[in-house]
Amino acid sequence: MSEIILSTDRLSVGYEGRTVLRDVNLRLGKGSFTALIGANGSGKSTLLRTLAGGQAPLGGEVLIGSCSVAAMDRSQLASARALVNTVRNGGGAMTVEEAVGVSRYVHTGIFGRLSSADREAVDQALEAVGIAHFRGRYLGRLSDGEKQKVMIARALAQATPLVILDEPTAFLDVQARIEVLDLLRDLCVAGKTVLLSTHDIAPTLARADNVVVVADGSAQQVALSDAMAGEVLNKTFPKLKYNAAKLDFE
Amino acid sequence: MRHSLKNTVFFALTIVGIIVLMVYGLSLGSIELTWAQILDALFCPNDSVASFAVNEVRLPALVTSLFAGAALAVAGLMMQTCFNNPLAGPSIMGISSGASLGVAVVVLALGGMVGQWGRMAVVGGAFLGAMVVLGALMLFSLFVASADVLLIVGILIGYLSSSIVSILNFFAPEAAVHSYVVWGLGNFSSVAHDELALFCGLCLMALLISGFFIKGLNAMLFGTDYAASVGVSVVRVRTALLILAGILTAVVTAWCGPIGFLGLIVPHIARMILCTSNHAVILPATALCGALLGLVTQVISTLPALQLGSNIPVNAITPFIGVPIIIYVLLNRRKLLYFN
Repeated sequence: MSEIILSTDRLSVGYEGRTVLRDVNLRLGKGSFTALIGANGSGKSTLLRTLAGGQAPLGGEVLIGSCSVAAMDRSQLASARALVNTVRNGGGAMTVEEAVGVSRYVHTGIFGRLSSADREAVDQALEAVGIAHFRGRYLGRLSDGEKQKVMIARALAQATPLVILDEPTAFLDVQARIEVLDLLRDLCVAGKTVLLSTHDIAPTLARADNVVVVADGSAQQVALSDAMAGEVLNKTFPKLKYNAAKLDFE
Repeated sequence: MRHSLKNTVFFALTIVGIIVLMVYGLSLGSIELTWAQILDALFCPNDSVASFAVNEVRLPALVTSLFAGAALAVAGLMMQTCFNNPLAGPSIMGISSGASLGVAVVVLALGGMVGQWGRMAVVGGAFLGAMVVLGALMLFSLFVASADVLLIVGILIGYLSSSIVSILNFFAPEAAVHSYVVWGLGNFSSVAHDELALFCGLCLMALLISGFFIKGLNAMLFGTDYAASVGVSVVRVRTALLILAGILTAVVTAWCGPIGFLGLIVPHIARMILCTSNHAVILPATALCGALLGLVTQVISTLPALQLGSNIPVNAITPFIGVPIIIYVLLNRRKLLYFN
């Protein structure tokens, strides 16, 4: 396997007095695309937050590269992983370019003025996501699909090896969903490691390398090429059966 | 129009407006002065009535209105971004009421606002009162996710402090109650000449420090989770911003009374005109626009001074400016970019 970007060792996540998931062992290689799936309330978001360093683990540790997330300060963490949340309102009167520039927070000076290196990072991110032509448009004038692309561009401009997305395709129409997933696949090909949580099982699994199934108080990682994948996936939703040909549950 | 050109025009027009109103404002007051008298008083101060009117009354009030307007407006902007709520503001979320409560405790306990130390005690009381309310709001914001609920909590805390003030009034001597009531009407003429430097210095200091938070404010536009993920120390930045907003509100409230609406509406005016939420632009724009609007209020307040012999209270004027703007903003929520 290639270089490991994200790994956990016997990770327990949850809140004081309530362990949500235990014994989570993940290993995501460089350039891999991993889908995190599970029922609502199964602990997907808690796991993502813990992996991203937004919440301390109850046990075990999270490593990004060879560094423990718990040992990183805010700016090290901001250079190690980028976060994309679901589309929300806010900053509607910022232009696409300004919004993407905000992701350079730890690199810019005290007044946030972008250096030429920062501008280059922003330009490259806009190009990579294919939104350079509307860099001057206001966020508030974009469709949800376009906004999601801006958020992904923001994550790219942060220049991190790992990008974590929380349900990036929720609220998007079919076309925007496919565009976003294709875009993420392209990013993996270009060397980014992508981890996303999703309920859009079929289109995501069609593009993913690994799936992490969150069920029964733990999370299990399996490569989709593995013969075991179907069996692991069948644990996700006990009342449904996974159909490997359709990459979906029925 | 290009963005940067529009910004330049906006800043230039605001500064021209400020200069024009400053000059015009010098001619307004309870005695009639010719321009020759005013100029003479300004450049060759003496012990004439004209010189006293210009240098000790009119100029300090105009300068106070400038700084008070800027201070409240910037406090409002920081609160709107911090609480992610376009209706946040020092007067609406109970910060001014908290400051008023602090002032009431000091004034009603000391029996009036007298002397230099009395004034400092009032400023201290206002600051403590404002911080108590801000602290309570911050505490609530930890477990109240909804910005609207937080806003209502702020309004309720405001009512609570007003009712404590009423109780204090009940037990206080009449002279103290009178001076408190007059103070509560809002007045930019209450900063004496020898206090002007202190008042302006405090405002200016807090305004300049707020400039260091432009970057953090911009990140917080996209939510605290996002801001934290790009490296903002959200708790630290938010605490610092709310303390700054508290200082700005408290300083203005201590001297001028709880001024309504300026802090709430000015950020909206600036955002609507300049079509941006970028704090690198909107923070200085809000400060300048707030200064202008403070000045407008002061000029309107002194317009009938010659005929009536006294000024219209500031808080009788600000709702006429503020209410239409807020109603416009609320009715156009969907059309206004910064709500989306």
